[in-house]
Amino acid sequence: MSDTLTPVLTANWGTDKSWTLKAYRAAGGYAAVGKALKQTPAEVTGIVKDSGLRGRGGAGFPTGMKWSFVPQDNPNPKYLVVNADESEPGTCKDIPLLLASPHTLIEGMIISAYAINCHTAFVYIRGEVLHVHRRMQQAVAEAYAAGLLGADILGSGYDLDIIVHAGAGAYICGEETALLDSLEGMRGQPRLRPPFPAVAGLYASPTVINNVESIASVPAIINNGAAWFAGMGTEKSNGMTIYSLSGHVARPGQIEAPMGITLRQLLELTGGVREGHKLKFWTPGGSSTPILTAEHLDVPLDYEGMAGAGTMLGTKALQIFDETTSVVRTTLRWNEFYKHESCGKCTPCREGTWWLVQLLRDFEAGRAVEGDIEKLLDMCDNIGGRSFCALADGAVACVTSAVRYFRSEFEAGYTTPAWELFPYERSALFPVRTKQLVTSGEGADA
Amino acid sequence: MSGHEFQSWFPASGTIDMSDTATNIDETTLAELRQLVARYPQPRSALLPMLHLVQSVDGRISPAGIEACAQILGITTAQVSGVATFYTMYRRRPGGKHHIGVCTTALCAVMGGDAQLDDVSDKLGIEVNETTPDGRFSLERVECNAACDFAPVMTVNWEFMDNMTPEKAEQLLDDLAEDREVTSTRGARITSWREAERVLAGFPDGRADEGPSAGEASLLGTSIAAANGWTAPAPEEAK
Repeated sequence: MSDTLTPVLTANWGTDKSWTLKAYRAAGGYAAVGKALKQTPAEVTGIVKDSGLRGRGGAGFPTGMKWSFVPQDNPNPKYLVVNADESEPGTCKDIPLLLASPHTLIEGMIISAYAINCHTAFVYIRGEVLHVHRRMQQAVAEAYAAGLLGADILGSGYDLDIIVHAGAGAYICGEETALLDSLEGMRGQPRLRPPFPAVAGLYASPTVINNVESIASVPAIINNGAAWFAGMGTEKSNGMTIYSLSGHVARPGQIEAPMGITLRQLLELTGGVREGHKLKFWTPGGSSTPILTAEHLDVPLDYEGMAGAGTMLGTKALQIFDETTSVVRTTLRWNEFYKHESCGKCTPCREGTWWLVQLLRDFEAGRAVEGDIEKLLDMCDNIGGRSFCALADGAVACVTSAVRYFRSEFEAGYTTPAWELFPYERSALFPVRTKQLVTSGEGADA
Repeated sequence: MSGHEFQSWFPASGTIDMSDTATNIDETTLAELRQLVARYPQPRSALLPMLHLVQSVDGRISPAGIEACAQILGITTAQVSGVATFYTMYRRRPGGKHHIGVCTTALCAVMGGDAQLDDVSDKLGIEVNETTPDGRFSLERVECNAACDFAPVMTVNWEFMDNMTPEKAEQLLDDLAEDREVTSTRGARITSWREAERVLAGFPDGRADEGPSAGEASLLGTSIAAANGWTAPAPEEAK
């Protein structure tokens, strides 16, 4: 039985100049590369498979299995693309990792690229995080200078180049096939699957796309063994992971724990909901994962636990909202986000998110009419599952789950504005002037 | 849902201003654009970084910049414009020296971001997507910037300004207006939007070592673990 918290990825975040090669090496960094390069790619893949590591970016697909789908008899080059387009509302774990310890990712990339016989790897970082680019660019340069990247890494005969790439403001590029189109210099719009990226990804070549945290977990697995990793967490959700606590809590932040810890435990450790308030609703893994309530405080935060509660573990972005918060307002604001970020390729999403926002604005303003809840749910039925990617599914998920748990608040939207039921200034962390109570997000294009 | 009719809504801000043909793009810029192309297995992959560079040189996506990218990549200007107008970070019109972002996605909005945006807008005397007449500030409503444990969050030239309050925002804007040194809570000293864009294009500015390794919230779990003596399990026996 492991300890309540198990810092591995976060262990070096507070050390002096933790982002430098020197500090990373002083903490034992790059030992795993040497170890991995002495084994065959298939052996490395086998270790990651045995560890039970599953994707930390939201979908939870087994990482080692993803790697094994790359057809090695395909004559095209193989590519590794790290998805650092962290943009899912509530999600904030990869950015601090890259700021504090970019070498953890680089080490993971070297090992992962080696495992799939890849010689060119990319990190696709969202554009809006300037300092992350600086740290990552410098870390890659340091790694080249130290012979950890480039030709004949550590005398092993293995070559790898890493390209640090900046996005330009598009949530959809966190979707793996949209990310690939974006990386090819196109508008970032999802592709129809199959073919899956493992077969025809970047430049129509076999491509593995993994989240930052997934790849960053690989060095520790190689160093400590598959059984070590699998020894943490629950039966089918192995290992440690980073939970991101935010919102109306006493102490928000990043907490690395074995899979399966509960929100109650995390809140107890961190001082709970902000003083004088109580939990109303929360997301387990970003705004695209159906919301939960206080009745779910003891459900294990792992893939199976969350699926059992009718939601998803997602990115483990625990956004906490207290009793002052209007669920209608929050749902509207999330949908304004999805409307703005819909890439426009698929009609149900492009038009549907627009209509959801219109209707939700009526609910917020207290001018919805009898039957609009049914209309809202009917629209959700016609939007979800009808597009190339899951963006619209996320938009729908927050609506349907909000109605499921807080239907009466939507009914109140037939008569009363949300800001009267839940005066918005009570949710803010600082005193707010009255005129500011009724601002609604425009979500208009820049 | 009475009162709603379908309307096509294409705001004028969606297009690139082709009437302003001024440009600073010179041989050095063209050489740097080609340098970006050389970094990728296939040339067109460089387009996003190239557009970041165009912005840093011209202050916006300029007609000359579009032309240069198209020529270097051997694609049409329409293809370049199509990409430039898809991504929100590309500016279709000149903006201010400093780009001010206020996050108003759900969590930040609820925790004070909406009020913050109003305050900043009032103080600067401009609306969202506008630039102050002196060319110093542009204001944008930004979306979730992956800093939710530091909410409410603002950004200056895409650097984090964490745990914002009305007082801090006021001070920040005053300092920037007076050209006083301002440092991001988890980043470097603030430069300018254009200099930031050059870094995003892939040309380092030597400031990676500025700023802390992590913010306080980032270290929440490690500090609790340390206080309780909790660690990850010992490694397996070496094989």
